[in-house]
Amino acid sequence: MVQLTVNGQTHDIEAEPDTPLLWVLREQIGLTGTKFGCGIAMCGACTVHIDGVATRSCVMPLSAIEASQKIVTIEGLSPDGSHPVQKAWLALDVPQCGYCQTGMIMAVASLLESNPTPSDDDINAEITNICRCGTYNRVRAAIHMAADGKAG
Amino acid sequence: MSIVQSVSRRNFIVGSGATVAGLSLGFHVPFLASASAQEAAATLPPEINAWVVVKPDDTIVVRIARSEMGQGTLTGLAQLVVEELEGDWSKVTTEYPPPGENLKRDRVWGSYSTGGSRGVRDSHDYVRKGGAAARHMLVAAAAAQWGVPSSECAAANSVITHGPSGRTLRFGEVAEAAGRQTPPAEVALKDPKDWKIAGKPLARLDTVEKLTGKQVYGADLKLPGMLSAAIKACPVFGGTLVSFDAAAVEKMSGVKKVMKVDERSVAVVADTWWRAKTALDALPIIWDEGPNKSLSSADISAMLAEGLEAEEAFIGNSQGDAKAELARVAAAGGKVITATYAFPYQNHATMEPMNSTALWTAEKCEVWVPTQNGEASLAAAAEAAGLPVGQCEVYKIHLGGGFGRRGNFQDYVRQSVSIARQMPGTPVKLLWTREEDMLHGAYHPTTQAKLTGALDADGNLTALHLRISGQSILAAVRPQGMQGGMDPVVFQGLTASLPEGHLAYTVPNLLIDHAMRNPPVPPGFWRGVNLNQNAIYVECFIDELAHAAGTEPLAFRRKLMANHPKHLAVLEAAANGIGWDTPPAPGRHRGLGQIMGFGSYVAAAAEVSVENGALKIHRIVAATDPGHVVNPAQVERQVEGSFVYGLSACLYGECTLAGGRMQEENFDTYEVLRMAEMPAVETIMLPSGGFWGGVGEPTIAVAAPAVLNALFAATGKRYRTMPLKNHELA
Repeated sequence: MVQLTVNGQTHDIEAEPDTPLLWVLREQIGLTGTKFGCGIAMCGACTVHIDGVATRSCVMPLSAIEASQKIVTIEGLSPDGSHPVQKAWLALDVPQCGYCQTGMIMAVASLLESNPTPSDDDINAEITNICRCGTYNRVRAAIHMAADGKAG
Repeated sequence: MSIVQSVSRRNFIVGSGATVAGLSLGFHVPFLASASAQEAAATLPPEINAWVVVKPDDTIVVRIARSEMGQGTLTGLAQLVVEELEGDWSKVTTEYPPPGENLKRDRVWGSYSTGGSRGVRDSHDYVRKGGAAARHMLVAAAAAQWGVPSSECAAANSVITHGPSGRTLRFGEVAEAAGRQTPPAEVALKDPKDWKIAGKPLARLDTVEKLTGKQVYGADLKLPGMLSAAIKACPVFGGTLVSFDAAAVEKMSGVKKVMKVDERSVAVVADTWWRAKTALDALPIIWDEGPNKSLSSADISAMLAEGLEAEEAFIGNSQGDAKAELARVAAAGGKVITATYAFPYQNHATMEPMNSTALWTAEKCEVWVPTQNGEASLAAAAEAAGLPVGQCEVYKIHLGGGFGRRGNFQDYVRQSVSIARQMPGTPVKLLWTREEDMLHGAYHPTTQAKLTGALDADGNLTALHLRISGQSILAAVRPQGMQGGMDPVVFQGLTASLPEGHLAYTVPNLLIDHAMRNPPVPPGFWRGVNLNQNAIYVECFIDELAHAAGTEPLAFRRKLMANHPKHLAVLEAAANGIGWDTPPAPGRHRGLGQIMGFGSYVAAAAEVSVENGALKIHRIVAATDPGHVVNPAQVERQVEGSFVYGLSACLYGECTLAGGRMQEENFDTYEVLRMAEMPAVETIMLPSGGFWGGVGEPTIAVAAPAVLNALFAATGKRYRTMPLKNHELA
């Protein structure tokens, strides 16, 4: 049994130590907003924050995480969808199928924490999540909108 | 409250179907499963007709039979219904009626198939009539309550007003009585120029939950007592399962059962999916790799190359005598141009891997699945369940991408039911790994093309032969659609006059034919289908001919397009948008492409540069004429997304075979376009009216030709074998 701190709550986890954080979140804790896309950290659908750092949870084993580390998932990004990134996403109606979008939003929220006004080059370098529907241009516009604080 | 219960009210219908219960037009919905559901049904609002439910609080529930997979159809169809309903858009929600219910109600919701860019264009008429009929019934109910003629009453914004007295009733106040009204025999539809809700760039109805993690996809489903399954099918096409050593993994943590699923597949069922997958990875499996175990991409390429020169071929479009004219010009020492192109296998690579959840008992089988065709899922479920279709039901869930993979091909449904059937009474969720998804696709077929064109002394195109060699989708998946052995879908965009898509160019001697060569790799409908490669073949070769004729490519096309003004209109709009008549900035180069497909006219102009062997696509201007635009914001999204799909294929997309199996198993080797490579896209909409074309697919096809032609302008070289990642660009 190990403990994890997720969205401010402590959870006792019974899972094999090599279980990826993604599957602990989805199957042990029941937080399915973090998505399974590839399992090899290539697509970013599983992005969460660990101590504020965007992390691809599908390759992060449970054994590598300390109880003291603060994990935030999309469900904990804001209580009511009011994070500036979520508001910008809503204002521009960014998602299509939406499956990659929670990971995209978590990656962007982390980027804006460390770089509040990213340039297009910064975005290109930092946001490498895959979207197959093709929302990239709206994602970019929404990042700038969130950075400018113009999403209301 | 479990996730499923909370979702069932909003997004889909679980088990009891309680949310569609209630009065219908003399027809009580007969599939209440439990006492609690029947109790709930007694308090549920009645439907007005199959399409519209209005609750006492005025909430409008629009029933949508087509699937939402990101393309916006859910919102667009609701706009069409509510436009005719004269409803208050701010009160609109949607739900999926289950496909089994459709069968029981004599297919009142029509087709569930969501593909071929048909979501709106094939159902706009009857969904609008559904909304209009419901409005008539609401107005008639209010008129009856007032004791006045219906003709003195009108509806607007969910309120019915009696003109002479000024009295009003809200939809919610008369909805129950409206459901008992006789539906009108005929309804007149609004002229699109009078639309207030349809035709407007309204926000999507399905965004909020996608921003918070609350949207439940099939992969997220959690039913009480549910177990999870991981599966492996023989990775070699045509191979089968020989044996597996269940004892080696049965005692692993969480494992409940190790089972043969079908002739080629084995699954592990466990308490969590991760444990099922872990045990499956440890399971010793022996495959019979079958007759294709040495098949390689080179073998397939050689097979197709032979077809380029074959005597026999199916003719898709023919004018004059192209072969004779080409021979005549060649013999006379005239200008004959030839080029050979190739397009490889592609995987749909939906972000959400294939999945399906099934609950089987001897009396009933229920399936929860993200599907592009609920009725196809139901048929597959019934077959695998060994039960009459009337004892089966499918509950649709929003898709984490479809792109054609989740329509015709219900392999994951069959598998999940076969698994659940071996565990009666226990719901089991089957989820594929990305690797399983990549190895068991319904691949975009591979084709090659040889094009030969003759130019006269004035640079006029006097003959064109396009020989396509390669795989037929219909032969594999819909043989009943074949026409005398020919696959007509091979000729998408290349026909003489079909409204679905015809060639823009008038050439006095024209031959477009297909040598069918079917490798043993399962093909499928992949967003854009055969229009994707056909547009590359025609539009890049037209560019080659223009260059050979010494004519500027737009002018060269214009001369051949005099009989096709709608094709030309979108091409000129794209060209004007990019500034075709003014030179690009130093180092930048431009290319054009146009095609007609899925009933719409589309064109693109691209501006690129090449530096140190690296291609950068700076900007694309796209023009589309789909006849009518139901939601311009959705059209923009579909056009932008089409470039991501089309450019992913052009730059990277390729599934290669060795040892009879696909080599690319994940996004590390199957690369796709990411943010950094995404060009700016400007969308020009030119709806000319009079027809209804699709939007989700056609623009994909012009992405590659516009970029490839710009790449030629930049490098002076033609890159004719896709994808570009295999070429040194310079």
